[in-house]
Amino acid sequence: MKKTNRFSHLYTALIFAFLFAPIAILVVFSFNEAKSLSVFSRASVKWYRELFRDSVTLASLKNTLILAVAASLISTVMGTAAAVGINKLRRKWLSAAMDTVTNIPMVNPDIITGISLMLMFVFVGRFFGLATSLSFWTMLIAHITFCLPYVILQVLPKLRQMDPSLPEAAMDLGCTPMRAFFKAELPEIMPGVITGLIMAFTLSLDDFVISYFTQGNGFQTLPIRIYNMTKKTVTPKMYALATIIFFVILTLLLVTNLIGDEDAAPKKRKTRR
Amino acid sequence: MSRAEKRQTAAAMQRAALAPYTVWAVVFIVVPLFFIAYYAFTDDNFAFTTRHIVRFFTATSEVVTDAGAVREVRTYLLIFFRSLKLAVISTIICLLMGYPFAYLISRASDRAQKTMITLIMVPMWMNFLIRTYAWMTILQDTGLINSLFGALRLPTVHIIGTEGAVVIGMVYDYLPYMILPIYSVMAKMDVKLLEAARDLGCSSAGVLRRVVLPLSMPGVISGITMVLIPSISTFYISQKLGNGKFYLIGDAIESQYAANNLHFAAAIAFIFMVILLAGMALMRRLTGQRIYGGA
Repeated sequence: MKKTNRFSHLYTALIFAFLFAPIAILVVFSFNEAKSLSVFSRASVKWYRELFRDSVTLASLKNTLILAVAASLISTVMGTAAAVGINKLRRKWLSAAMDTVTNIPMVNPDIITGISLMLMFVFVGRFFGLATSLSFWTMLIAHITFCLPYVILQVLPKLRQMDPSLPEAAMDLGCTPMRAFFKAELPEIMPGVITGLIMAFTLSLDDFVISYFTQGNGFQTLPIRIYNMTKKTVTPKMYALATIIFFVILTLLLVTNLIGDEDAAPKKRKTRR
Repeated sequence: MSRAEKRQTAAAMQRAALAPYTVWAVVFIVVPLFFIAYYAFTDDNFAFTTRHIVRFFTATSEVVTDAGAVREVRTYLLIFFRSLKLAVISTIICLLMGYPFAYLISRASDRAQKTMITLIMVPMWMNFLIRTYAWMTILQDTGLINSLFGALRLPTVHIIGTEGAVVIGMVYDYLPYMILPIYSVMAKMDVKLLEAARDLGCSSAGVLRRVVLPLSMPGVISGITMVLIPSISTFYISQKLGNGKFYLIGDAIESQYAANNLHFAAAIAFIFMVILLAGMALMRRLTGQRIYGGA
């Protein structure tokens, strides 16, 4: 028994080493004075200073955030409403059709989704005689499109778990149908809505492939900026950027993990026993 | 408003709530797919042609083999089968690495499980461009591995620009997508089942083979799709770690797009999509399970 235990610890350590070694290297060499990535000359924050002076990268960060906020909010509202409707579909073929269509952006490789939207945008742009139809707006449409299925997939199970008599009771007690939805139904499905919102936000932040194909008019997001930076020889400025991203993500995940721990732990124990 | 009226209004509202999404899904999910087919089968003036589709299957180019001989190959068929080969190898490695790991996590204490899953998700949340680039700096001829080898007076190894480097990149980028679905199925597995199997005389290996493996199959299937689909369609990993020498199907689409050959890019995407759909339908037949993939 002890032997297998030692083996499993070793295996776990190896996998985590594999997962984190490249990131650790980026973090260490982001503090390297020299440009080299294999020889560490002297510790310095030179590349961080340079990163904060790089107005193009900072602008792309701002663009990414604007896009992610807009895309996640719009897809959450539209997706939640859609889930409410899909949940009530009675005709089998209709809900099956909805299901299939909703699955398309999740199953299709990103490159297909990106190319398909780009072709349509270009075609419509040509139709109206525009030189380029790709812009912030096409990217926003693309982001909303690939976020929607994830929102729906988060909200729909919560609706199915909900007692259908809940909004009915609210209406019987004098609520208008609209009020019944906001007062009785929405609070019930809120956890799904929030998870959907967070997922949409992070998917939008992280997306490169679909953004790459639907970008235009000089609107650059951070992943596209990183792509353009890695096309040429990279200055360690990018490692500084990667290091900051890494620590932001690590903090966010650990904080949500700890918060989740407090309210999830007692519940989990209850269901276990 | 009477009770019946309220119910009717509520039902009408629910139907109305679905309307914006229905329109959106048709216009931005379904119609764009038809545009791929439309562009694939038309020329620059949007007149019907099968030229681009034919080009995919017949275009040839010359490659120099390892022996130094020049050989003529079908360019795009070669690219497609190379993508398939590298993606399958990466998926198998991810499965071999990820399956035991998912099992180990699912057997750990609640707290350890949560911490480990969070840690696995951290690299996943970093942009894959950065992750891939990090490997490029490690594997370069002047990179970390070779300076380490140099310090140990070992001969330098040439990794970057080989198919192996591309596979390393794919495995690294997509390993979490294999571990997480398998883990989530295993975590839900009833411990009592395993105990019962052991009480009824199963050996440890028997429990693993007869109970754990069949029960974890749904996780394995979705893990396989979640690794296979992004690795078969990637274009950044091969450009950076393969030094652009190993064109994959994604590179082929991307380079045609970059060169503004939209019709041929659409033709490659169309053929790729048809093959993927056929593959997924086959998999669904074989496993009787719905496939949720994507990245």
